[in-house]
Amino acid sequence: MPKTPLDQMKYILATDVGSTTTKARFFKKTKEGWRYVISGEAPTTVEKPYEDVTLGVRNAVREVEELTGHKLLAPGGKGIIMPSRSNEGVDLYVTTSSAGGGLQMMVAGLIRSMTAESAERAALGAGAIVMDVIAIDDGREIYQKIQRIRHLRPDMVLLAGGTDGGNIKDVVEMAEILKAAQPKPRFGVSYKLPVVYAGNKDARRHIKELLDGIFALTIVDNIRPTLEEENTEPARRSIHELFMEHVMAHAPGYDKLMKWTDVPIMPTPAGEGMMMQLIAKVFNCNVLGVGLGGATTNIYSIYDGKFVRSVSANLGMSYSICNVMKEAGIENIMRWLPFEKSEDDIRNRLRNKMIRPTTIPQTLEELMIEHAVAREAIRLGFEHHKTLARPLRGAKRRKGALWEGAEISDVFALEEIYGTYIKMMNVKIIAGTGGLLSHAPRRVQSMLVLTDGFRPEGVTRMFQDSVFMMPHLGVLSTVHPKAAWEIFDRDCLVRLGTLIAPKGTGKPGERVLDLRIEMPDGTILKESINFGEMKRIELPEGVEAEALLEPRGHFDLGEGPGKKVETKVYGGVVGIIIDARGRPLNLPQDDKERRRKLLEWFEALDAYPREFLDKIREEWT
Amino acid sequence: MKVSQSSYAYTPGLKIKRVTIVRKERKLPIPGEVLVKKGDKVSFDTVVARTYVPGDPYILKVARELGIEPEDLPFYMLKKKGDRVKKGEVVARYRALFGMINRECISPTDGVIEDVSSTTGRIIVRGDPKPVEIKAYVSGKIVEVMPKEGVVVETRGAFVQGIFGVGGETNGEIKVLVDSPSDVLEADMIDEDCRGKILIGGSLVTKDALNKAIEFGARGIVVGGIKDTDLMEVVGYEIGVAITGHEEIGLTLIITEGFGKMAMSRKAFEIFKEFEGYRAAMNGATQIRAGVIRPEVVIPHEKKISESELPELEEGIRPGTLVRIIREPYFGQIGRVVSLPIELQVIETESKVRVAEVELEGGKRVVVPRANLEIIEE
Repeated sequence: MPKTPLDQMKYILATDVGSTTTKARFFKKTKEGWRYVISGEAPTTVEKPYEDVTLGVRNAVREVEELTGHKLLAPGGKGIIMPSRSNEGVDLYVTTSSAGGGLQMMVAGLIRSMTAESAERAALGAGAIVMDVIAIDDGREIYQKIQRIRHLRPDMVLLAGGTDGGNIKDVVEMAEILKAAQPKPRFGVSYKLPVVYAGNKDARRHIKELLDGIFALTIVDNIRPTLEEENTEPARRSIHELFMEHVMAHAPGYDKLMKWTDVPIMPTPAGEGMMMQLIAKVFNCNVLGVGLGGATTNIYSIYDGKFVRSVSANLGMSYSICNVMKEAGIENIMRWLPFEKSEDDIRNRLRNKMIRPTTIPQTLEELMIEHAVAREAIRLGFEHHKTLARPLRGAKRRKGALWEGAEISDVFALEEIYGTYIKMMNVKIIAGTGGLLSHAPRRVQSMLVLTDGFRPEGVTRMFQDSVFMMPHLGVLSTVHPKAAWEIFDRDCLVRLGTLIAPKGTGKPGERVLDLRIEMPDGTILKESINFGEMKRIELPEGVEAEALLEPRGHFDLGEGPGKKVETKVYGGVVGIIIDARGRPLNLPQDDKERRRKLLEWFEALDAYPREFLDKIREEWT
Repeated sequence: MKVSQSSYAYTPGLKIKRVTIVRKERKLPIPGEVLVKKGDKVSFDTVVARTYVPGDPYILKVARELGIEPEDLPFYMLKKKGDRVKKGEVVARYRALFGMINRECISPTDGVIEDVSSTTGRIIVRGDPKPVEIKAYVSGKIVEVMPKEGVVVETRGAFVQGIFGVGGETNGEIKVLVDSPSDVLEADMIDEDCRGKILIGGSLVTKDALNKAIEFGARGIVVGGIKDTDLMEVVGYEIGVAITGHEEIGLTLIITEGFGKMAMSRKAFEIFKEFEGYRAAMNGATQIRAGVIRPEVVIPHEKKISESELPELEEGIRPGTLVRIIREPYFGQIGRVVSLPIELQVIETESKVRVAEVELEGGKRVVVPRANLEIIEE
């Protein structure tokens, strides 16, 4: 813990050791409270010839030093100067890390949609990337499971299975498979692979006999003590502790970095998740969030108080950009482009971004291509998320919906249909973070990317991270919640505005919505919008207005088809966007028509420079 | 506020050297035996270390096969934990009714009984260990032995890094098939003489040429670029994440510049021409993560070259630095940095970024984000 009392702190330094870049953020206490001062960034140094993360940290911090003139680095590479004195040092240094691929876990349980899914949620919630989920019913033969486990080199294994007091045979069998496969840890063979057992408590003795000694075994409370109950917290805590003790301690340079920091190093997504939860807490509503990174896309939902995080390990904007192309299909990326380009050209461009991931778009064409990929990465990440954000499988209340004498397999079959509990109409805030969103030259571009990726319905506020510091503030909030919130509120959270998107589809030109907005100064704004159109209304940040929204016909804004909605709308750097393209959102099938509509929408929202849009139009008309 | 003249956030250039000292760590996946000693001379295919990895495990559902309760399993086992078994050998037997019921469980492999569980009624038979050998990869001298782990091989030679590759370690004689780095490597250039060789192309390798090279048994191809769709067809699937090296397409392919038609850097091409006929090692393994693993060609040689070695860590981009632009709209063009404006500048996308003014070959001056420049070592 820090030596300086919280109320006497003057300067704080936070870093995030990312997979590509190490990002330093420097904070200062001013008269009006804690504020963000400046950033420094440098390539992360986890591999040869550097192999020491503290080198990257020092380079990033040195940039902060250069930009501010405030000395931070202790001489001789001995960490950060602490505590602060006039123009040197800080009073608190914290860091997150996802370098070297973050925390990579393998998860095992019994039934894929029950204990294995609970275990997956626990691992993801702890900030891990789940490499594979092994379950009795995963469709693989025992030898195939063993082959797969042997091939993986996880940082940690989470083994769950069975309810307390239930049959122990199945979970012991799963442990046998693990023992037989003997997976090796990723960072060398010199230490034992950590295994967390969070299954049926009656099987603990057998699990111990089987696995202790071969693995570094930790036993925690059952993740699924009964079918109706999911208890991920003990497993999550244990994963965090082991992450520090085993994984981080073996990553290059982390032993040094751990000594520099005041609090334990946290996995980047765990920090990000904390801030998403904070948004839900402060605004007291359902929130969806995305961390759109270079290697991964993390989706967060806080829905009816339940927090779920998913990581799509291979969907991202740099290293993983071609995996987005692979998963989404090139045609789904190209559908967001208003200009004509050959498939070969787009493919080659994305491949070239993959092999040179730190390059940035210099032309508007290139920028639009990246925005197109971002929409698909979020869409796919959210699809993945929905498979985890769903009711507990196997719980009794579900059986009630079935016929008498129904088998457990019937429960599964029916629940496949049930799907996620997330209803877009009930999501009131969407928040985004990550390089692409933070670097978007116009904020309306990120609002549009978030809209097209998530497809919100009804009235939704939209936020984004200003310069990527949610992970930093997440770890900071564990020691200094007041500072974290003040910086978050004033300098991190950009209020983009409010999106109004009626649910339903119609014909082009069909009236979708009439709205009346009363501004704080009493002026009244009236607008109508037809199907297939988008509109943007300026409403500055910090301004709230009363809106009367009257959807026509079967269009719905949350109160039912054709029912009016009276609500507050919140301004932002973008303002209000009315999206009457319909939900579900279907782009025109005809290529020319689709491109024409995209140009029309971009123009209506002032999303890209007008001259450029005109040039595109001239080229193909 | 001021900004330093050199940029920290630069993209390190790919290494292209006529002569350098290359050290390769050759390590076993698990501890084993090192077969060479410090100072030994090794060739490309010399085995330098060997170990045995645990054999495949087989889980046998013995209790179920014998029709007994799991807790009774130990009574019916003919072998106990730790015993050796042979493939086809009976490991457990259940007899009843004076032999009228006779059920047996046999071992599917030569190996050892690793576990007998009276909880699950299953046993684990571990197959015999499998040997894993590590070769020297390049010819040279052993300069370090890490007991039980492996060695470091050192060689003096030319070294060319590519930007992306598929396929693993191989070696062969260098054969240049094109006249200039901008020529396309076509199928009709490949014949029987390409067998066992590393073929050098120019700006592009066509799909037909690639297939023909595989058919004629070439060991590798090094070329400026390839079309993504062609690569996909040859590999047989679309590569999602750039972690490669394990593909088995019949040869190792390295592209030096990028996807699409892109002239190979003149320096790399000239090195290949200079060392045509030399035996070289190559590896297509690419991992585009922090630190990155790039594919490479190592050509050991003893030519006297007075080229001075550059330091391992570059100093960053400065006025005068020779650079390659690695993103549209000037992708692939080479130029020299004229100035590095201190202030952030607005580019076409409207982003404010750190830029460099670059004079292209031919004299045209352009402004490019510094992130889109790659240093070319001179």
